[in-house]
Amino acid sequence: MSALLTQFVNLLGAVLLMLAFAMISQRRIVSLIHLFTMQGATLVLSTAVVGYVTNQPHLYLSAGVTFLLKVLLIPYLLHRVIDRLGIHWDVETLINIPTTMLIGIGVVIFSFNLAIPISQLSTTLTSGTLGMALACVLLSFLMMITRTKAVPQVIGFLAIENGLFFAATSATYGMPMVVELGIALDVLIGVLILGVFMFQIREQFDSLDIRHLEKLKDD
Amino acid sequence: MSFTGFLSQALEILLALALAPLLSGWVNQWRAWLQNKSAPSLLQPYRLLHKLFNKESVVADHATQLFRAAPYVKFGCMLVACAIIPTLSTDLPLAPAADAMALVGLFALARVFIALAAMDIGTAFGTMGARREMLIGFLAEPALLMVLFSASLISKSTSLTTIVDTLGHRELAIYPGLAFAGVAFVMVSLAENARVPVDNPATHLELTMIHEAMVLEYSGRHLALLEWAVSLKLFAYSCIGLALFFPWGVAQATEPLTMLLALPALVFKLAIGGFLLAVLEAISAKMRIFRVPEFLATAFLLAVIGLLVHLLLATR
Repeated sequence: MSALLTQFVNLLGAVLLMLAFAMISQRRIVSLIHLFTMQGATLVLSTAVVGYVTNQPHLYLSAGVTFLLKVLLIPYLLHRVIDRLGIHWDVETLINIPTTMLIGIGVVIFSFNLAIPISQLSTTLTSGTLGMALACVLLSFLMMITRTKAVPQVIGFLAIENGLFFAATSATYGMPMVVELGIALDVLIGVLILGVFMFQIREQFDSLDIRHLEKLKDD
Repeated sequence: MSFTGFLSQALEILLALALAPLLSGWVNQWRAWLQNKSAPSLLQPYRLLHKLFNKESVVADHATQLFRAAPYVKFGCMLVACAIIPTLSTDLPLAPAADAMALVGLFALARVFIALAAMDIGTAFGTMGARREMLIGFLAEPALLMVLFSASLISKSTSLTTIVDTLGHRELAIYPGLAFAGVAFVMVSLAENARVPVDNPATHLELTMIHEAMVLEYSGRHLALLEWAVSLKLFAYSCIGLALFFPWGVAQATEPLTMLLALPALVFKLAIGGFLLAVLEAISAKMRIFRVPEFLATAFLLAVIGLLVHLLLATR
């Protein structure tokens, strides 16, 4: 039973990776938020399963917090932001999407190679997922780099946190509760501040293109 | 060759020939229902075949022998493909003739012949359709190969019967690599079978058709063979999908009597698969032809990641 559940966590890790790839290839902001919500839901499920397998009740609590934050609150806030800003469509990329995905493959190979020696040392049940979590983090990072608009970058930032959280729960059975709550609060505050920031950027430059920020430099 | 092996092989070929139009009819029926249209009868494809076989075949004056031969080649390829994919039993005397890679080669052979035949007449439509078909084909093939490799990594063999034997008769285990391969396989088979996001099998709108443009010049028994081959291809792809991802219920060589159970299992799985295909077609819009390379590149990347994930989890 527990072997099957471990494989299930592996599967959820693979789903998380797949969603990260879908986010990279996505052109519409609304779909991007939907994908982010799905990633959150996958994370909730995997945290709860790990909690059940390892018999650690505090993981249920962190799964609950994740559900509230990443499946309900943050997607709601993001939807509200894009409604107010009136953007649903425009995701512009610096390099075209197939090239980004090819780079993504390279990133996946790199992180898998990096993780294999670590997971061989590890004794936890689901240490194989470390590579996938690392790949998720780096792919979200790639998304932040290749997008020019502010909203996708914020979503990329949140997706990085998803990857880190997955690494923490699956590879080390979760961080201490205080740390987890602190990070959750940080992410929430981050979204709130970045939301205000987006309005400010648009007020200043009439666009959400990050490249305009370069004008702020002193010559 | 044992008698049961011969029997199961013959049964499989007959079943493919008989069931393939029914599967197409089933998908078309559901598609019409989901689009709020009144659906054609389930037996419509059989009626179409009957009608076409009784009609005279008209061939253009300057058509070469290639044009006449192409429908037979395509039909033959699809029939062999259906014969080596284990649908009812893994005890198939023909199966050692071709493994998963040769299967992809069979599909490619059929595609090359039909594209050449389309260009043979020299009409603009045929040539355009052939070019587009080759574009899609050469992008879909590597993705299909990668999907098959993911499955053969698990079973350590490229023979389809061995893959089904190991996947279907082991204890229950979840392979995350196969999940990636499954998504990739769905995308590839949509493209290869000229289904909605890539091509519309029901269209005769000049600018968007791909497969229909190639067979525009055919009539009579040639067209009937081609239509039948298209059904067989859909049947073959569905059966590959079932063999790789839902192999339960296929009979083994040691217990030929389970074939009695395998038949209803197969029909049940195909019915569900056909329904899901119709749903997928109803909810998605046809994409621009220049988006197709991106679509298929995504399928290829997913299949490669499936391989990588399998290797990552296997090294532990």
